[in-house]
Amino acid sequence: MPQTASLHLTNRLHIHIVLESESERERERGARMAEAVVLLDVWVSPFGQRCRIALAEKGVAYEYKEEDLANKSPLLLQANPVHKKIPVLIHDGKPVCESLVIVQYIDEVWSDGAPILPADPYARAQARFWGDFVDKKIYDCGIRLWKLKGEAHQEAKKEFIEILKVLEAELGDRKYFGGDAFGYVDIALVPFFAWFYTYETCGGFSVEAEAPKLVAWGKRCMERESVSQTLYDPLKVYEFVCSLKKKYGIE
Amino acid sequence: MAEVKLLGKWPCPYVLRARVALQLKKVEYEYLEEELGGKSELLLKSNPVHKKIPVLIHRGRPLCESLIIVQYIDEAWLAAPSLLPASAHDRAFHRFWAAYFDDKLSPLLTRLRNGERGRANEEAAEGVKLLEEAFVRLSEGKGFFGGDEIGYLDITIGCHLGWIRVTERLMGFKLIEEAKVPGLAGWAERFCAHEAVQGIMPETEKLMEIFQLAQIHMKRSKR
Repeated sequence: MPQTASLHLTNRLHIHIVLESESERERERGARMAEAVVLLDVWVSPFGQRCRIALAEKGVAYEYKEEDLANKSPLLLQANPVHKKIPVLIHDGKPVCESLVIVQYIDEVWSDGAPILPADPYARAQARFWGDFVDKKIYDCGIRLWKLKGEAHQEAKKEFIEILKVLEAELGDRKYFGGDAFGYVDIALVPFFAWFYTYETCGGFSVEAEAPKLVAWGKRCMERESVSQTLYDPLKVYEFVCSLKKKYGIE
Repeated sequence: MAEVKLLGKWPCPYVLRARVALQLKKVEYEYLEEELGGKSELLLKSNPVHKKIPVLIHRGRPLCESLIIVQYIDEAWLAAPSLLPASAHDRAFHRFWAAYFDDKLSPLLTRLRNGERGRANEEAAEGVKLLEEAFVRLSEGKGFFGGDEIGYLDITIGCHLGWIRVTERLMGFKLIEEAKVPGLAGWAERFCAHEAVQGIMPETEKLMEIFQLAQIHMKRSKR
């Protein structure tokens, strides 16, 4: 938040009072802003986690509201009448839906924080491309790994490993997908890092064996507070998927 | 070597999106028509991940995925018109509805063209109604989703109008009908008549021919 300071050089005591009320006003502003930003979400959702990470990276205070998807709140149904899905960001009463749309919105509104998308148009297009790739590929293929059996499962396994290898090749030896700076593609993908254990256990393969650089990247991301405070223990995610399997009667 | 090249196939609505964006920004480009049945070396080299058109090649660097290309065109050529709106919230709105169209409506239109009926018809009608509401809200009484001028969402949906018309013919009823969705009906006419669209939008008759040929080809290869 930009500091506004009016200096009254005539009286040091006056300056002290001005600065104190300024920080009081900032606390109030912070509290108001936290009320003005609400995230409707579900704890385990990798899509919701993208938004949480982006908000944390920008230092934005917000109110987190856990939704029960079996019993969606009137607020969620009103804020996202088209899809009735989380995450939804509500900023000053106006909803924004779709996780990567939300991440771009966060980047554009809180533009004084570190940029999530780079400035250069070509680099931005590359980032969007890979964010879109993660969106199109990982979650749906991942579901097939724990839902399906037999030949369909084998196909899903083959496809998933191929997806990992494509991402591994794209990352290469870079620190993050965007280079030195943690950014859009990292935010789009890193919530799935907590799902790797589930995918490899259900899939019958090792993510580290297939994509060691990707695993190293995930660990590097976990060194960032925004990520480590947001992602859940992979075992907890696995427990959650096991409970889903039970619920759907999948062995 | 042309600074800007676009790899495409004339019937493809996603390619049309890139072309309309380039026309709007008055960018000179070389259009390379890919063979309908195949994929050129250049395409496979430029889009190894998806192997699909459109691909924009700018100063030798490839860009893929139509909506990403449209945003790139908006950001790389800053001359008016701006394809995305000024406010972050309006931009989010355009992106949301573009994703809705691509993820929900476009696959539904494909299913309808392939003969699916019943619930699919209802879903399509509901979807079009939602777009009408979005149009009324975003246009604020002006001619396009983008306001006075064609924008990102106009391009996203408008470039599919040819295929929407093919779908309507095959279904035997109009999805974008003045009586039901007057806003969209007026918008559709304005979009197709726009100077950036006219002349490059393929005729519905030709799309119909291509579709029927593809259906025959599919049936033959199944035998």
